[in-house]
Amino acid sequence: MIDWSKPRLSVVGLKKHYEDRAVIDGIDLEVFPGQIVALIGASGSGKSTLLRCVNLIEEISDGQIFLEQEDISAPGVNHDKVRAEVGLVFQSFNLFSHLSILNNITLALRHVKKIPKDEAETIAKSWLTRIGLGDRADSYPDKISGGQQQRTAIVRAVAMEPKVLLLDEVTSALDPELVGEVLDLIRDLKKTGTTILMATHELSFAREVADWVIFLEQGKIYEQGEAAEFFENPKGERTKEFLSRMAGK
Amino acid sequence: MALRDDQVSQAELSRRSWRKQRQTQSVGIAFLSTLIFGVVVWFGLIATPGWQRVQESFFSWDVAVEAFPRVWDGLLLNLRVLAVAAVLVVLVGLLLAVIRTLKAPVFFPLRVLAKGYVDLFRGLPLIIVLYLVGFGIPGLRLEFLGRIPAEVLGTIALTLTYSAYVSEVFRAGIESVHSSQRLAARSLGLSNSQSMRLVVLPQAIRKVVPPLMNDFVALQKDVGLISVLGAIDAVRGAQIEVAKFANFTPYVLAGLLFVLLAIPTIRLADYVTKRLSDKEQAGVTL
Repeated sequence: MIDWSKPRLSVVGLKKHYEDRAVIDGIDLEVFPGQIVALIGASGSGKSTLLRCVNLIEEISDGQIFLEQEDISAPGVNHDKVRAEVGLVFQSFNLFSHLSILNNITLALRHVKKIPKDEAETIAKSWLTRIGLGDRADSYPDKISGGQQQRTAIVRAVAMEPKVLLLDEVTSALDPELVGEVLDLIRDLKKTGTTILMATHELSFAREVADWVIFLEQGKIYEQGEAAEFFENPKGERTKEFLSRMAGK
Repeated sequence: MALRDDQVSQAELSRRSWRKQRQTQSVGIAFLSTLIFGVVVWFGLIATPGWQRVQESFFSWDVAVEAFPRVWDGLLLNLRVLAVAAVLVVLVGLLLAVIRTLKAPVFFPLRVLAKGYVDLFRGLPLIIVLYLVGFGIPGLRLEFLGRIPAEVLGTIALTLTYSAYVSEVFRAGIESVHSSQRLAARSLGLSNSQSMRLVVLPQAIRKVVPPLMNDFVALQKDVGLISVLGAIDAVRGAQIEVAKFANFTPYVLAGLLFVLLAIPTIRLADYVTKRLSDKEQAGVTL
């Protein structure tokens, strides 16, 4: 049973320093099961770094990260095991260029989750059908559009049934006309109760799907709130400034 | 589909006829210059005072026919050595390259050894490796091994030298795979070695096929060097025939056979290289 009262993911006092530059300077946040939390903020505010720290790809400088109350930042934790439960989707897709899109999805299912080949392919095919790429299973990443690649990349992460899905500006590298199909997939994931922490520049989309919005400024949480409230009544000066700057684009 | 002449404008038609004229001109010039070049070289050669003698002692048809069976048998030995050495070189080279990418502290001594090995055998002339292996290993008097045939010792020496080169090729290939590919693999929970085996190596190997084939072409002729250890290969066979007839034609014959052997591989290497680079810059003319 899913315990709805306890956070799926908690970040406590997280810091990330490069040399003596603080990219993340003490962040606390919680993501509850089935919730979508959006991270917004200017480039360099620490959104991507935060996601990479949660996936344990970046070593953190201070603080703790809990996945279902278990400290995944503790010494001796098996990072591979944690990463298998925390999906991360990159801005630039990063599909495996030597594998068909079907095998891109089955690779981790087979070699990390140890699911037999047939079964893994059945899972992958049903996902590809769901995103309308059922007939492209044998295509290679360079033969499909950016939007299709990004949807495959999202499905590659989701098929692992992660406890939390991290999306790192997944529409930033796409042509404007391809953004919609990726956002549709995320809407679809919201319906099925996927827990998502996403960094995004798509403010209207964040307002639509996110339950909670966090505005980062220089590695700190400057302001946060429920999506509707946050966008309608921003409190801080910087928040207002950022929102109007983004609205002008 | 290309447009037919009756489907295009007057402007395109005049461009087409101009291009055609230019092409005819180019072909004509190429033909003429080849002809002049050939004639000059040919008459230049037969005009030399020693041509008659050279022709007799290097290009004698009768000697070539007589010497052919022994040289051919020798070439078959070269081919066997080539086949075994090529497989060993790829295996050892790949192993060395992977060892050098291992980061865990446990592998420190292995990493240092691999680096030392590569430095040593990239620097050492092949002929010296051949002598050291060819006369050094039998010198150890390992009785249980019996007498090791010269071609086996030659294969060992070739493998030592070439695997050092090939490991560098593989290492360059591994490093050329973009780090985001490894990152994506790790983010899905694949371990370091799984990422290497399932994601990085398959892409790296594809990228290094053209330089590997060049090394194969080089190996193809260097197998002739095992003759210095006394293996009766094509070169040694030719040497025996040369002594028998007091005529150098068998060397030319052996050389010709090596070239014939190399040409298909060279063409294949060119083709593969071109295909890969075409794929990388698809859509770009010039």
